[in-house]
Amino acid sequence: MKVLSNEVYIIGAGETKFGELWDKSLRNLAVEAGLKAIENAGIYSKDVDAIYGANSLAGIINKQENIGALIADFSGLSADGIPSLRVESSTASGAAALRDAYLSIKSEEYDVVVVGGVEKMTDIHGSDILEKSSSILDREWEAFFGATPAAMAALIARKYMHDFNVDKEALSMFSVNDHLNGSKNPDAQFRNKLTLQQAMNATAVADPLNMMDCSPLSDGAAAVVLASENYMKKNKKEGVHILSSAVAEDYLSVGSRQSIYTLTSTKLAAEKAFRKAGTKRDDISFMEVHDSFSIYGLLELEDLGFAEKGKANKLVYDDIKLEGRLPVNPSGGLKAKGDPYGAVGVGQAVDAYRQLTGKAGDNQIKNARYGLLHNMAGTGASSIIHILGE
Amino acid sequence: MTELSRIWRETEYRYNLIGYKCKNCGNSYFPPRDICPKCHRESIGKMEKVKFSGNGEVISYTVVHDAPPSFKRQVPYVLALIKLSEGPVITAQIVDSVEEKIDIGTKVHMVFRKIRQDGDSGIIEYGYKFAVN
Ligand SMILES: [Zn+2]
Repeated sequence: MKVLSNEVYIIGAGETKFGELWDKSLRNLAVEAGLKAIENAGIYSKDVDAIYGANSLAGIINKQENIGALIADFSGLSADGIPSLRVESSTASGAAALRDAYLSIKSEEYDVVVVGGVEKMTDIHGSDILEKSSSILDREWEAFFGATPAAMAALIARKYMHDFNVDKEALSMFSVNDHLNGSKNPDAQFRNKLTLQQAMNATAVADPLNMMDCSPLSDGAAAVVLASENYMKKNKKEGVHILSSAVAEDYLSVGSRQSIYTLTSTKLAAEKAFRKAGTKRDDISFMEVHDSFSIYGLLELEDLGFAEKGKANKLVYDDIKLEGRLPVNPSGGLKAKGDPYGAVGVGQAVDAYRQLTGKAGDNQIKNARYGLLHNMAGTGASSIIHILGE
Repeated sequence: MTELSRIWRETEYRYNLIGYKCKNCGNSYFPPRDICPKCHRESIGKMEKVKFSGNGEVISYTVVHDAPPSFKRQVPYVLALIKLSEGPVITAQIVDSVEEKIDIGTKVHMVFRKIRQDGDSGIIEYGYKFAVN
């Protein structure tokens, strides 16, 4: 029997700017990111075995489904019959597509796969978007009663702050760090630095969370090219090694969970990811975590295993900074880089690729060797983790 | 437009706070579910409807300032996670109560209210909210 040992590498990456991109459509964005990644990888369309395209809300925001075909078509690949499938797992669609592509190479079905993620969220006005974005919750038993993603995060935050005596300041510091890093990332939606004062006193959204605790609405797309070890050797390519890919689920609604401030899906996925990668937490040079709301940043530090429950506030002042012991969100994270739902997880891979190849510009972390990427669906219903290395 | 059948289907549960109890392990669940997450296939055919007392306690709460169009008229409103005395934790609004009286641990009871309106001429949907005891 043949033993599967085909390792998977990222050999190229590219993304659009994240933000309110009025002049660009869903398909413009997807194609722009895909072409950048292919160019960066130095491959041609004839080399591509398959495309996995991540998207979360195009059906209800842009009234466009059939995203796989759309991407292939406008990338000029339809006539070649290259398989192109859309992957949807809410706000974790990006990492889900990355994982599916990873598995397709691991299984030796394919050698070169393009993973794309795209979301076009700003074609919709005012509070209408909240009706759509609340579809990441349980529609019938959370959103139906007036819950929004921010409100659910606020419920978690209030209880967390109460039980562990954590100040609001700790949450705001997470956003301050994101903005500081985002100010140095040309692809980021927000390039402004945020003072703690500004972060604390912004307009209330869902008490205790304010606007500076919440990621923005974003348009954006990101893409990476994955290749098998065989392809790499044959074509003398270099790349970033995907050491592990892991996913785990939890209950869809917050109220059904064992503990409302424990991201069990993150805990379980992290255990699997570290075990499969053979790395320790001390090995991690930087992390990109899914902080769609500041509170999640703190919970993730804990449930990924970098702080005890209720103690993440000890890390948010110094450790998570770019030059700190455990840099978190060097890209600017979801708060500052932006939160185009289906593109987030792929965007994290673009950032990690740049970090691990020494091309992260002003955000470059010295001696970056291992990066952990955490992409989460909804309020923690699914977590997908990738550990990348040299 | 929300489809009528979709609302009608859940009416019984939303109007009367009816959930399910697993006869295999005795756990109660809300929202309604066909399979017990503890007992899995052992629970098939053993999930029975149960009407909850409507008494509960606030686990956490928030004041929502930014809401979808169908809730715009209610802003700001209090949304809470409420632990029912039978065990399940549900997401619902707290009404008829001064905000100062709402805190973690506050005892509440179910009331029947209008939940949302689908546009100016759209249908009105009803269900449970909670009020401070
Ligand atoms: Zn049971």
